[in-house]
Amino acid sequence: MLTPELNCSFLGMNLTNPLVLASGILGTSPSLMERMALSGAAAITSKSCGPEARAGHPNPVTVAWDCGVLNAIGLTNPGARAEVPLLRETKQRLAALGVPLFASIFAPRLEDYGEVARIIAEAEPDLIEVNISCPNVASEFGTPFSASAESAAAVTRTVRKAVNLPISIKLAPNVPEISLIAQAVVEEGADAITAINTMPAMLIDATAAKPVLSNRTGGLSGPALKPIALRCVYEIAQAVSVPIIGTGGLSSGIDAAEMLMAGATLVGIGSVVINDGPSVFSRICTELATFMKDNGYAQLGDVRGKALT
Amino acid sequence: MNPVGLFSAFRVQQKRTENAYTCSLVLNDSLPDALPGQFVMAWLPGIDERPFSLSDNDPVRITVADVGSFSHALNQLQPGDYLWLRGPLGRGFISRGRSHLLLGGGYGAAPLSFLAKSLCAQGNQVGVCLGARSRADLLLVEEFSSLGCQVWLATEDGSAGKQGLLTALLPEAQNALKPETVYACGPIGMLTTMAAWARTAGLPAQLSFEGVMRCGVGLCGSCELPETTCQQLGLAPGFLVCHDGPVGEISPNHFS
Repeated sequence: MLTPELNCSFLGMNLTNPLVLASGILGTSPSLMERMALSGAAAITSKSCGPEARAGHPNPVTVAWDCGVLNAIGLTNPGARAEVPLLRETKQRLAALGVPLFASIFAPRLEDYGEVARIIAEAEPDLIEVNISCPNVASEFGTPFSASAESAAAVTRTVRKAVNLPISIKLAPNVPEISLIAQAVVEEGADAITAINTMPAMLIDATAAKPVLSNRTGGLSGPALKPIALRCVYEIAQAVSVPIIGTGGLSSGIDAAEMLMAGATLVGIGSVVINDGPSVFSRICTELATFMKDNGYAQLGDVRGKALT
Repeated sequence: MNPVGLFSAFRVQQKRTENAYTCSLVLNDSLPDALPGQFVMAWLPGIDERPFSLSDNDPVRITVADVGSFSHALNQLQPGDYLWLRGPLGRGFISRGRSHLLLGGGYGAAPLSFLAKSLCAQGNQVGVCLGARSRADLLLVEEFSSLGCQVWLATEDGSAGKQGLLTALLPEAQNALKPETVYACGPIGMLTTMAAWARTAGLPAQLSFEGVMRCGVGLCGSCELPETTCQQLGLAPGFLVCHDGPVGEISPNHFS
């Protein structure tokens, strides 16, 4: 059998493989995003950007243990205006490599989402990913917009009106029926869905008798999140027909295949960077191609949605 | 996923005064497989978490200058108190050759003491150049001497050793030692000067960088070295101090 094809199409973009650098992982500068693209990421998501500059939470902001990573960085970003030149520079560097740029945005209030999207659109990213689900700012921003179909739909409507670029809405896992939220955002014009964000969680240090993170709670990612992400994507894929960027705890080519089988079109890669560094992308691609070859899959389309039937 | 990513609680076993504003905290255990040049994230619950290079690992020792609120809190710790560490993190120094020249500017002496101990234990020839503002600011001079290193000193006010910058000691140390590799830790200006000198001398250099450390494990991007620094030193752009460093290796052929 010939070497399996990993190239794929997503909202009219042609990607060399299905792996996307997930938001919040090293998407902070043109040089780092270019480095991730050179390392094999077929699309790059920048770190979420909001209306104003934010320093984020004090340390400790990240810990890792056997089953995953817990983080509460706190949406550190330079503010939308300052982000535009960085994204322009990034877009230019990535375009030379044939790698699309997905720009992640967030806002504390519903009415700010449109303005942030309009400003970020000046950098002409290939897609705007709308982060409505960061679990680490509830003490400042209130309940995330991802918590209900109504509020998720309202953000989608606001961003849809503000920009003509493709938009993907990033959903949270900690809701009773994620498929209803997916349907609501698609009805308001979402071109894609990114699922899932991290899961709210906590680690306590017994000798310190205190939560480990300064924010007390954080977002759980890494291997512990994978089964939750697979379930969410599986349910969303049955409810809507837009493409899904399946993200959450994937750390191998077989994990990527499982996410594609759950119905994802693209596969987000994030916390596993902790183990491998940027070289993780080429490893996962090689493992995915090997899996496909060993199991008689010639192209990604043959794998996609396989577990749904 | 990452066994070094969680905090372990250590107890302070001994507190050693290094100079008027710097102490070393000797802890009650070692970190498995820690290498000279690697760092730990030290945490005091409710106060802060900051990176420190190991100044020894038999047992763990960190050397802390009292220059801010967190380092002040560390300086207040007493024997028996807890200190939480995650690590060892990052890439450390790699011994290359048999004759080694170490350059420590200010607090930069701390990780070099662990390196010197390790190199001397393997029977290598080790020379150390230490520099500071004045005699009172020098760190760990006696420790390097007692390890058997040849030591050169420079102070800006001339109160100990040669008057001037640490890098002015390089030609003399090179003549005496004929090093095969140079290792440096200190302010970025000192590192770039040293790298330029090493290139002229045709020597490989290992530089230990500082960065704004948040996650410490290569996810958040906050410790990236400026792209101009990478270009100047011949490092690949996007160098993460926590993941690619803190020690960056610079070949004399790649320096531009």
